[in-house]
Amino acid sequence: MTKIKFIEADGKEHQVEAQEGQSVMQAAMDNLVPGIVAECGGFASCATCHGYVDEAWLKKLPPPDSAEEGMISCAYHVQPNSRLTCQIKVTPALDGLVVRLPVSQTSE
Amino acid sequence: MEERIIIVGAGQAGGELASSLRKQGYKGRVLLLGDEAHPPYQRPPLSKGFLQGKLSLTELYLKPLATYERFDIELKTGTRVEAIDRATKEVSLGDGSRLAYDKLVLATGGRARPLNLPGLEDARLENLFSVRSISDVEAMRGRFVPGNRLVIIGGGYVGLEVAAVAVQLGLHVTLLEAAPRLLSRVTGPEVSSFIERFHRERGVEFRLSCEVRGLELDEARRQVRGVSLACQGAPERLEADLVLVGIGLIPNTELASAAGLAVDNGIVVDEYACTADPNILAIGDCANQPSAYTGGRIRLESVPNAVEHARVAAATLVGKMEPYAAIPWFWSDQYGVKLQMVGLSTGYEQCVTRGSVDGKEFSAFYLKDRRVIAADVIGRPAEFMAARRLVSSRAEVDVTRLGDAAVPLNSIAA
Ligand SMILES: Cc1cc2nc3c(=O)[nH]c(=O)nc-3n(C[C@H](O)[C@H](O)[C@H](O)COP(=O)(O)OP(=O)(O)OC[C@H]3O[C@@H](n4cnc5c(N)ncnc54)[C@H](O)[C@@H]3O)c2cc1C
Ligand code: FES
Repeated sequence: MTKIKFIEADGKEHQVEAQEGQSVMQAAMDNLVPGIVAECGGFASCATCHGYVDEAWLKKLPPPDSAEEGMISCAYHVQPNSRLTCQIKVTPALDGLVVRLPVSQTSE
Repeated sequence: MEERIIIVGAGQAGGELASSLRKQGYKGRVLLLGDEAHPPYQRPPLSKGFLQGKLSLTELYLKPLATYERFDIELKTGTRVEAIDRATKEVSLGDGSRLAYDKLVLATGGRARPLNLPGLEDARLENLFSVRSISDVEAMRGRFVPGNRLVIIGGGYVGLEVAAVAVQLGLHVTLLEAAPRLLSRVTGPEVSSFIERFHRERGVEFRLSCEVRGLELDEARRQVRGVSLACQGAPERLEADLVLVGIGLIPNTELASAAGLAVDNGIVVDEYACTADPNILAIGDCANQPSAYTGGRIRLESVPNAVEHARVAAATLVGKMEPYAAIPWFWSDQYGVKLQMVGLSTGYEQCVTRGSVDGKEFSAFYLKDRRVIAADVIGRPAEFMAARRLVSSRAEVDVTRLGDAAVPLNSIAA
């Protein structure tokens, strides 16, 4: 089991057990973490699963592909460490990952 | 007694509402009743990755069964609600039992519009399909084998998505559309011709301005053998191994109308998802709601709407009252290319395009009073997010800059 911590914009923390092979987005959905909407179901089409990945972890992840990059570039509340959580696959190497969530996925 | 919310319909909207209630801290009982055999699942992949065999059944499920248990959502699949008794605040189920509710939410979605041709009423055709549910796809999959001739009736998104999967799997596909161009109700001519060319190049044949005259059946009346049609008046017959009907959706409003609730192209609700009965709400594909975006009433068939409408209903049920204010948007996926649409182009005065109609990437912006009211973005995801902003801000734009692909879209608003 890989432990992932989601931190909502207001600071509320959710520690979840993620399964290897699923996406970080799905791990949040399975655990009813508020703050991730995931309208498109994980196909990099909606940018409502946007999260901030800490610098140290960012280096361990495969870089975004062009579809993810395109969607993230104009999502709401973007930062340099913004990623689409549906495009990050859970692996044992991600144990302890911390993902912070934006104030809103759907508006300014 | 603990308060009890019953949700009728365990689809995208119903499932989202149940989760949303728990996320918002609702402590009462939540019963989620669905007539299908499955927990809430995503429908978009039915006509895309699932039909293609790229996604498994469990990957369609929005959440594993364990999640419902853990968050105390009482999910009952295979359970059909037959009637609502508003006076006693009870619903009756298929097996004759009754369940009492304090609040009731109708999230019943819709069903595929059947082909209305004389002489078909009694026929139970084994190779005539529509795609609305997992079981529909399971029924038709066996016939998606190379060489089979597929005739698709209806050139909307579902028909086009199935056409894309089918030609990629090696079927011969002919798509029939009554209008002179594809997607004519939802998009402009520029995008219609782009999409048509895209499919033609990959082997899909089209019959536009086409009227279906009848289906030819085998002797046992179990199989369709051919489709007779008239294309711009010229009669023609197409042989078919299977036929797909994708001509729209009929909202499931019968429960509501039998209970005396107003129905007008969907169950009539206000901006908080409430019907005229203070204890009954309706959400998703089955609901007709006021739209802050159009200023009128609207019934939308999309996942973003189902999700947003469920959140509005959850807020209403926990007493927060947040009106629905989202701008409609939709996506599709054909041959791995993303199509993303925002806003409604109805009533536009001018269409400005970026990118080339001959290439693989293309955007169309629909303007009224120099403001972008809607956009179709194909294969340019970054532009889609910028387009969403332009539509929601209703800012005036400089048309020449908008049409110049070298100018970044997020700098367009004047
Ligand atoms: C093939 C296909 C492809 C699609 N592609 C896209 C796409 O790419 N993008 C997009 O945004 N949208 C897409 N959609 C639309 C999207 O799936 C719907 O808008 C969404 O599912 C609506 O959610 P809903 O909960 O309102 O209805 P549904 O998801 O249809 O759920 C309603 C549920 O209620 C059940 N039910 C009905 N009556 C009763 C009753 N009396 N008792 C118990 N249960 C009942 C139904 O069986 C069903 O399970 C697609 C739809 C289809 C069919
Ligand atoms: S879920 Fe839609 S982009 Fe990730």
